[in-house]
Amino acid sequence: MARSDDILVKIRGLVFSHGRRRIFDGIDMDIRRGAVTAIMGPSGTGKTTLLKLIGGQLKPRSGTVEVDGHDVHRLSRSDLYRLRKRMGMLFQSGALLTDLNVFENVAFPLREHTDLPESMIRSLVLMKLEAVGLRGARELMPAQLSGGMARRVALARAIALDPMMIMYDEPFTGQDPISMGVLVKLIRTLNDALGLTSIVVSHDVAETASISDYIYVLSGGRIVGQGTPDELRRSDSPWVRQFMDGLPDGPVPFHYPAPDYREDLLR
Amino acid sequence: MTAPLQRLGAASLNVFAKLGRANLFLALALTGIPEILRRPGLLIRQMYVVGVLSVLLIALSGLFVGMVLGLQGYNVLSDFGAEESLGVMVAASLVRELGPVVTALLFSGRAGSALTAEIGLMKATEQLSGMEMMAVDPMKRVITPRLFAGILSMPLLAGLFTYIGIYGGYFVGVSLLGVDEGSFWSQMQAAIDFREDLVNSVIKSLAFGVIVTWIAVFEGYDAVPTSEGVSRATTRSVVYSAFAVLGSDFVLTALMFGE
Ligand SMILES: Nc1ncnc2c1ncn2[C@@H]1O[C@H](COP(=O)(O)OP(=O)(O)OP(=O)(O)O)[C@@H](O)[C@H]1O
Ligand SMILES: [Mg+2]
Repeated sequence: MARSDDILVKIRGLVFSHGRRRIFDGIDMDIRRGAVTAIMGPSGTGKTTLLKLIGGQLKPRSGTVEVDGHDVHRLSRSDLYRLRKRMGMLFQSGALLTDLNVFENVAFPLREHTDLPESMIRSLVLMKLEAVGLRGARELMPAQLSGGMARRVALARAIALDPMMIMYDEPFTGQDPISMGVLVKLIRTLNDALGLTSIVVSHDVAETASISDYIYVLSGGRIVGQGTPDELRRSDSPWVRQFMDGLPDGPVPFHYPAPDYREDLLR
Repeated sequence: MTAPLQRLGAASLNVFAKLGRANLFLALALTGIPEILRRPGLLIRQMYVVGVLSVLLIALSGLFVGMVLGLQGYNVLSDFGAEESLGVMVAASLVRELGPVVTALLFSGRAGSALTAEIGLMKATEQLSGMEMMAVDPMKRVITPRLFAGILSMPLLAGLFTYIGIYGGYFVGVSLLGVDEGSFWSQMQAAIDFREDLVNSVIKSLAFGVIVTWIAVFEGYDAVPTSEGVSRATTRSVVYSAFAVLGSDFVLTALMFGE
């Protein structure tokens, strides 16, 4: 494995539950600096939850999450906020501020955290919007955007402060094939050009595999497979196979835990 | 047998837990004060949304309430040949009670419900989470400015309500029903005391401003982040505000005017 200072995010023995439901049952993960790491897994396995744990929005039952050498859940509030300025996060829903237009949404972190003059903010915002192909949409309000456009605006906002890492939660859903292709390349390009570290959560196996350096496959609270895309493609683990090939039957359950179907119907 | 008791216990625990959260919430919101002093623009924008946009509603309601007071007061007072005291009656009712109380009730329906729904929806659409991840504290950026905008707007709106209400009473009493203009004003001036009445009126409306806005922003922040959760929170915001305003009005009145 990589040298330890090569690791930006280090997760050890992570256990987390939502109420009674155990979401993670002892997970170890290393996210390498400068790499694109994908986290894949069926819907509802806790991928979004994992990103929120890394961002310090949720606290684990036990285990640690270290980002850039800081134990996220031991930091004081102000240190956590300082760390978050260097982490961008792209929410599944976009999470744009609905009372601000596209331009102001992207400008928001700049206005909150810097004292840059207006002309500088304008140039920065237009650069970020240009990168996601939405410079022409700057006057629109979030309600006037499609889901895919909203996610791209959110991406522009996430890179506004030039963070050291970005977490993408399902960046590809709701994208047409063209913008999907652009976005896939964009994630890779941004990562390499800006020297970022990217964590991509996605179901889109082919697209994600095409840009990632390393992949973790989650299922049922555990890591059921990991490796480079090539290693995973060649893997004979039934979990990984099922996921990479998109098979309905296999060890990964499609169903949320439930009592026996027949019994349930006959009750 | 024990089930109802158990439910009662659980319900009261919930109430206390919620009260605790509400107090913690207020304390956290107060830590945002330096932020709004540093960036008064945040507060001013919310004063516009919460306060200025309520002006028309408050002014019209004040006018109607004042006119009704003028009419009803005239009917009662003229039976005793005391219609010159109409000014006192109108002003005292408005300054002491109706100004602060009715304004607070209207304010909670107009601005409080909007605050709850706005904040609840921001929570449901992950805007608050998103801010946190951008290292912006939603408490300071969203809650504190709205809280203080509400608290500061209430006395101003209640003042407006009272002022216009008195003119409504004047219009009906003096212009339409022929009460003597001189005695309308002079009796009012003689009977309404600055400290006893006006200062207490401002204190009341400030207190109601705190109550209504606190409930409104807390219910929004504490809402279950779904459409249904936000809709329930909005209803609760208006209902709790009404109860809290009327209940505390009794307490405040007893403290201020009780002998
Ligand atoms: N606030 C919550 N309270 C209780 N359970 C929750 C909560 N949020 C999520 N869960 C549960 O946690 C599990 C993981 O949720 P999460 O959103 O992390 O899934 P996900 O892997 O991101 O799924 P998707 O790919 O569909 O976005 C789900 O089974 C969900 O039922
Ligand atoms: Mg998710």
